[in-house]
Amino acid sequence: MEEFIQSRFNYWIYVILMMIGLWGMISKNNLIKKLIGMSIFQTAIILFYVSVAVKSETANIPILPHHGHDYSPKIAFAHAVSDDHENGGHDDHAGHQAHPVGPKIPDPDGYANPLPHVLMLTAIVVGVATLGLALAITQKIYREYGTLEEDQLLEKVRADDHG
Amino acid sequence: MVEHAPVLLMVVPLLAAVFCALLGLRWKALCLPLTIIGFIAALYFSVITFLQVSASSDHQVIYFLGGWNASEFPRGVGIEYRVDLLNGMLLIVIAAVALLAAIFSKQFVSMETPGKEPQYYALFLLLAVGLMGMTITADAFNLYVLLEVSSLTSYALIAMGSRRASVAAFQYLIMGTIGASFYLLGVGYLYIKTGSLNMQGIHDILIGEGLLESPAVYVAFLLIFVGVWIKLAFFPLSTWLPNAYSRAPTATGCIIAPLMTKVSVYIMLRIMLTVFGPEYVYDELSWSGPMVWIAVVAIIAGSILALGQKDLRRMLSYLIIAEVGYMVGGAWLLAPGGMARGESLYSTATGLVGTGYHIISDAAMTLCLFLAVGAMIVKAGSSRIEDMKGLFRKCPVTMACFVVGALAMIGVPPTCGFFSKWYLISGAFEAGRWEFAAALIISSLVNAVLFFRIIEFAYFGKLPEVDDAHGHHQRHDEGGMEENPPSMLVPLVLASVALIAIGLFNKEIAGYLSQFLNTVAMGGQG
Amino acid sequence: MKKLAGIVVFTVGLILLYGVSSLDDFPSWGTPDSPANKSPLSQYFIKNTIVDTEVPNMVTAVLADYRGYDTMFETVVIFVAGLGIFAVVRVFEHGGASRVVTADTKPDIIITNTCRLLIPLIQLFALYVLAHGHSSPGGGFQGGVIMGASFILVALAWDLDIALKRFSEKQAFICSGIGILIYAGFGLASVFLGEEFLNYGIIHKILPGVDSPEMARYYAMLGVEIGVMFTVTSIMFLIYGLLATRGKMTAGL
Repeated sequence: MEEFIQSRFNYWIYVILMMIGLWGMISKNNLIKKLIGMSIFQTAIILFYVSVAVKSETANIPILPHHGHDYSPKIAFAHAVSDDHENGGHDDHAGHQAHPVGPKIPDPDGYANPLPHVLMLTAIVVGVATLGLALAITQKIYREYGTLEEDQLLEKVRADDHG
Repeated sequence: MVEHAPVLLMVVPLLAAVFCALLGLRWKALCLPLTIIGFIAALYFSVITFLQVSASSDHQVIYFLGGWNASEFPRGVGIEYRVDLLNGMLLIVIAAVALLAAIFSKQFVSMETPGKEPQYYALFLLLAVGLMGMTITADAFNLYVLLEVSSLTSYALIAMGSRRASVAAFQYLIMGTIGASFYLLGVGYLYIKTGSLNMQGIHDILIGEGLLESPAVYVAFLLIFVGVWIKLAFFPLSTWLPNAYSRAPTATGCIIAPLMTKVSVYIMLRIMLTVFGPEYVYDELSWSGPMVWIAVVAIIAGSILALGQKDLRRMLSYLIIAEVGYMVGGAWLLAPGGMARGESLYSTATGLVGTGYHIISDAAMTLCLFLAVGAMIVKAGSSRIEDMKGLFRKCPVTMACFVVGALAMIGVPPTCGFFSKWYLISGAFEAGRWEFAAALIISSLVNAVLFFRIIEFAYFGKLPEVDDAHGHHQRHDEGGMEENPPSMLVPLVLASVALIAIGLFNKEIAGYLSQFLNTVAMGGQG
Repeated sequence: MKKLAGIVVFTVGLILLYGVSSLDDFPSWGTPDSPANKSPLSQYFIKNTIVDTEVPNMVTAVLADYRGYDTMFETVVIFVAGLGIFAVVRVFEHGGASRVVTADTKPDIIITNTCRLLIPLIQLFALYVLAHGHSSPGGGFQGGVIMGASFILVALAWDLDIALKRFSEKQAFICSGIGILIYAGFGLASVFLGEEFLNYGIIHKILPGVDSPEMARYYAMLGVEIGVMFTVTSIMFLIYGLLATRGKMTAGL
């Protein structure tokens, strides 16, 4: 049981956050609190995706280290001359020319999975856009009705409907 | 250029939207022509795409964005577009509906949202772009992004309306965000289990690695389905819909009501047939019993609630909920075990044909009715049903189109409503689901009552004597005919002609649909 | 109502936990062997981004090239947010400027002078984050947000009118549109050169000094990120302005 909780604590955290957010969205009376709930809800999803990409212990961030030229077949040779100008007489460069090894292939276990990060960049942007629009709508509601409490708001709306 | 039609049909309206927002800052009069040009281009490219699809040997066109094609790279490295016969038709419908709604909007936009025409039309175009993208894409995550494009635009378009509309938009936003987030979570579960985001890729891995019994996949289906369920406004998660649709600005209602739920139904079909596959949905899950019952409840509840409405647009909004029940029920009619017994999908899936048909015809019907009602409200000065008195004399063409729309909704033969209901009912008989057939018939009767009540008001009702501001009795000029301007009549007449045309070409459309289902039943599309 | 909400929340939580709970079905945290991490897709991205695009930052490469179409619509989402917020809250008040300058709305000398120093640095940093997105964390969205924040800082330290003199509402709209036009322009350029939409590789035919499709992808990604930055910068500033002034676009906080 202990291992069960430990080995998937990321999921536990995300589910708890998600429930907090959902609770805020559907049970809170104040519209701004609902939006706070919405933000927590979306953040929980982001946490979920990003935690999927992790490869614990072995992996680094999904960016090839500098001198990533080693990995690239074309640039390693095309830039062999220009590198001279830029780097002057760098040590590792000399070694590079002495042993013109073929391009290395990055080790998949050495880097975190990039795809969930990309997806979440998109989701973050979408979240920001939704929140902004939601705040704008809330502002309009406040301007029109003078309240952000849902029960008072619904009363006024009902009066509108029948009046 | 022709082979790029699947992407150009989205990019051209997108560019039109950007130019609309930019040039509209200085020349407001340019907005509407730009919008119409954008939609005409979208219509043109979607027709080309559909012709390509029907001409190709396997009835589909695949387009790899960024050139990351599946022959050289693993599937799903890039984003893929896949047009088959069903979504090819749907693209044409979306572009055409948007075009007609845009022409119709001419009178309303400057009246209801003064000073914001460029933003309005830009959002209008982007809404259609989002909807077309949702239909055409074959990538589960790309679907989410486009879903959000269309949702955000529709929140904004609704909230632009009256003060009541902003409350409706807020409720819609909360529900819509929950729905979209559930969808995203479901895709996440699927991604963890399969490692792919491409719809066909996910399906192949699910089948290939025997993941059909995995609890995570079950939860993924549940999440995606509930997410789409909210977007569909399928009963009981439909509470947001009537307020949002009936309080929206008129022109907004005319594009959102016909398209939003219909595209969501298509998304549900796509999820069921392409991502999870009929093997999973109909055989592994045995949901078709309860789902059809919920659909029955949705149809009855929508119809009864519609009966109680005094407001015309609100009544139509409740009818949409009933119509969603038709389509969802039709999609779930297939009995469990059919696939396992080796029956091909097509032979038992008249219900699915009916669902596909009804997506198209319901888009046209709802468009026609919302356009007609928009025009009627202008003439009657109110949206209450009692105020529709004497409209036949005032604007006969508008009312004639309304009658055509009403007949289609009831399901009278030459119109498309009859044929789609016919397929749905015969699908229900095939599957032995009498309750669904009964619900369809009851709802048709309710529709008949509803619409004949309005028509009676409008035809026989005398124009009321109204007190003007000074308390004098004033009699309306009864003989006076004041028809709506052509910018409203032309789209309205075209929409009602389309209703009959879709009905007359029922053989062709049903043929395309069963061909589409055949390819699905053949075990995927390559 | 609260009880119903509680039931819904707990059901959702239980369903989500049910999905992740089975030990042999769902991968544990951080295992490199989960289907998502072992899938050909993820392996392909790690092994081949540098070969295909010359970009060491895989996230940037996947974002702007492999899944560039998503990113284009992500930019559109931002654009939609800007348009939508404008459409919902903007009020036009002609004449009757209700602006009251009192003693405590006068800009503070310490704050303004600090900001005078900081803002150019922030903007430089934004450009750095943009330009260095290929080989370190960063890119158009991040750079755009930082750049937008620098304009918001102007509005906070002085007031919105001063900020609007530097970057007016109209200019912001134009910039946001231009950003999307740049993005879609790269896509259309590859269509006109005969390849698929957003297939940047072919652009090497018209880019001077670039001879390989890989380097063309490299530079096209930079161009695309610049487009993204235009949109994000201007929309962030617009959102701030519109929300902080309740749509009046004058005076502000």
